[in-house]
Amino acid sequence: MIQAPDLPLWAALIVGLFVLLGAAITLVGAVGLIRMESFYERVHPPTLGMTLGTGFILIASIICFSVMQSRPVMHEVLIAVFVTITTPITLMLLARAALYRDRSEGAQDVPRDLGDAENGGPED
Amino acid sequence: MTRLFPFPLMSAVLFAMWVLLTGFSPGHVVLAGLVALIVPRVMLVLDVEKPRIRIGWSMLKLVGLVLADIVRSNIAVARIVLFRPANRRSGFIRLPVELESRYALAVLAVIITATPGTLWLQHDARRHIILIHVLDLVDEDAWIALIKDRYERLLMDIFE
Repeated sequence: MIQAPDLPLWAALIVGLFVLLGAAITLVGAVGLIRMESFYERVHPPTLGMTLGTGFILIASIICFSVMQSRPVMHEVLIAVFVTITTPITLMLLARAALYRDRSEGAQDVPRDLGDAENGGPED
Repeated sequence: MTRLFPFPLMSAVLFAMWVLLTGFSPGHVVLAGLVALIVPRVMLVLDVEKPRIRIGWSMLKLVGLVLADIVRSNIAVARIVLFRPANRRSGFIRLPVELESRYALAVLAVIITATPGTLWLQHDARRHIILIHVLDLVDEDAWIALIKDRYERLLMDIFE
């Protein structure tokens, strides 16, 4: 980064720490994607990257650009808001597609359709 | 006031977004005001159901609670990924909900899915049940009680 020399040491340390933290959490999420066994379990770990992973990197970005421009830069907050309200839609879509496929294949380990009147009892 | 701003919350959010994106300058504040005045009128044409939102402490409490829970479940899921506990079991939960407002249900869906470890799958509007997948299913009733006590009551306060 070209502007990095303008950043005082204390700010560079804090920014570096937050970026590393965010990256590490996202990495854990990516590892989880490999380690989990079923499709439904695989959906969970990547949410680490989209919540705290994104959060830490955005905090780093806010600190970095606020220090350099010596006024608070807050539009990263918008990124956080939009990521939080849009990624669940993708996740839900993926999981529902998997559920639909499993149900139409007659898989036994997924719950049957909620709308079916004849199976009322909870099963999993 | 209602004729000028049919969706006051949306106007406020648009205004805040415009100012945040462009930086604070008098010209952009005027422009943000215009955007906040005109854009929500598009929603009038779409004829959407107007949400009844009570702005108050419940909203702040919900935001704080969700943030705290996201941090907590990040740690829990990271632990599962890294240490792979042997007796972990994932599974589906059927959760009875009392919420009727579609906006409240949408918010609940986003909260549940955005929190690592839980995933919203389906909602049955007729029987008022939602289907959730949980990564670490220790006790089904504990999960149901958790979601009902923590989120549903606050969402009821805000939306119904």
